[in-house]
Amino acid sequence: MTRATEISNLAVRLALIGCALICTIIVFGYVAGWWSPQRLTQDRLAAAFVQVNGPHPGFRLNHAKGVCASGWFDSTGEAVAVSKAAVFQAGKLPVVGRFSLAGGMPFQVDKPAAVRALALQFLPPGAQEWRTGTLNIPVFAVNSARGFYDQLLATAPDPKTGKPDPAKMTAFLAAHPETAKALSIIAKRMVSSGFFDSTFNGLNAFRFVNAAGASVPVRWSFLPLASLPAEAMPQSTPADENYLFDALIAQINQHPLQWRLMITLGEPGDPTNDATIPWPDGRPQIDAGTVTIDRVASEDGSNCTGINFDPLVLPNGIEPSDDPLLSARSAVYARSFTLRAGHVHEKPPSAVNPRAVQRSAAP
Amino acid sequence: MILESARFSTFSRLLHWLMAVMVVAMLFLGIGMAASVSIRYRVLVSIHRPLGIAILILVVIRFVNRLVNPPPRLPATMSSLERLGARGSHALLYILMALLPLVGWGMLSAARYPIVVFGALQLPPILPYNLSLYSALRQLHTVLAFLLFATFIAHFGAALFHALVRRDGVFESMAPWLRRALTRTVPPPRN
Repeated sequence: MTRATEISNLAVRLALIGCALICTIIVFGYVAGWWSPQRLTQDRLAAAFVQVNGPHPGFRLNHAKGVCASGWFDSTGEAVAVSKAAVFQAGKLPVVGRFSLAGGMPFQVDKPAAVRALALQFLPPGAQEWRTGTLNIPVFAVNSARGFYDQLLATAPDPKTGKPDPAKMTAFLAAHPETAKALSIIAKRMVSSGFFDSTFNGLNAFRFVNAAGASVPVRWSFLPLASLPAEAMPQSTPADENYLFDALIAQINQHPLQWRLMITLGEPGDPTNDATIPWPDGRPQIDAGTVTIDRVASEDGSNCTGINFDPLVLPNGIEPSDDPLLSARSAVYARSFTLRAGHVHEKPPSAVNPRAVQRSAAP
Repeated sequence: MILESARFSTFSRLLHWLMAVMVVAMLFLGIGMAASVSIRYRVLVSIHRPLGIAILILVVIRFVNRLVNPPPRLPATMSSLERLGARGSHALLYILMALLPLVGWGMLSAARYPIVVFGALQLPPILPYNLSLYSALRQLHTVLAFLLFATFIAHFGAALFHALVRRDGVFESMAPWLRRALTRTVPPPRN
């Protein structure tokens, strides 16, 4: 072998090594999304919230305005037939919850049409917990992370006019016919007067698995029992910027509020991967039990603040469906949770403060 | 020349290659998971946690095995600086392989997430509930993961350098099945 071929041989070997290393790094970067700026990632979805709503350190990216709640769940034991989750064993267990309004503005003004939410964490002693978020709308407005992102940007106020650009909304609805259909269903809903008489729907489909291993698609709802007549409830006028929350706090201070957990069993053919489509009426339902909320407290220094109501925190016996929104929500909630955990000491006080409401209501 | 005697024990090699696949898979899975909002996200998370715990258990076994079956000596052709680099990078690999799962477990504990391995198997929290602690550990998890990826790239590069340029038997001590292939296609260097 000549000296020249030996050197070129060495160069080839070094090039081979360099190639192997660079290729590995390129594939790593591809998986991370570094070379695909169009790909929707957790960072980009989180950034869109900040872009639309402005920075609100220490608050949730979505459902930023809310109040903590707690109480208990009396399980009827009837759902045991379809799910082996400990939550559904007959008996009583503590729950922690949060009432909130959809949207990333922590100081938004309460309005009747604002989407209301109830998030709950069920804590069966010594067994796996269950977290769920529910809304007072019959179907979800989007069926994918991309749809959510596009909707967020399409409904963002134009910096010039301070209002959403109608052209953007038209383009968005043309690109997402599923949202156009869902919005027409949502527009036809009955809007109740407050949180206390709202029906909260889980919207996404899940699967229940029982002790025998049988799996069934389900959706769930919390139906208000609202034992107090609405007229007897302390009234707040919609002119008050926190009127929905103030009324809720005043009601709970008078009397615990209750919701019945109804499990709807899907049938073959019912869509489990599209939260914009309602299931047909008349599906069998199971009364799993009653949630009673007897306390509300400010988010500041309270029990629900540190909880990420991740829809994929599920006990054995409840499984995710093929709905892509479950992964999307779980991923973005996790990112939102991490962001606010890092700004926990910079967070200004939340808008809703039950103690202040109580004081003002006292004679 | 190739050192015939310098070779890792069969069990050491088994552990090395098993963990190599697991750790590299974990790095790609982790970076993909942290970016993803697709339906793959929950699948990735459900693999990430049990795989991390498995790595933690294996790294303990591997550390004990290293004491029982010490690695072969490095060839005399390596300079003292190269030896230092080799020892340091291996120590770093061991530390990171143990630390990353622990930080992951710790951060989930501090965030009060249930640490489900699979099904009903759930690990207890190892740290108190504290959001600031969670935030710090979550960032640390990312930093350590990048450090582990960088250390892996250095390790991979060094292994290839030993195999293709030095041809001093170091690569073959962990991958003896490649010895024949390499000696067949690569003529030994002239001395």
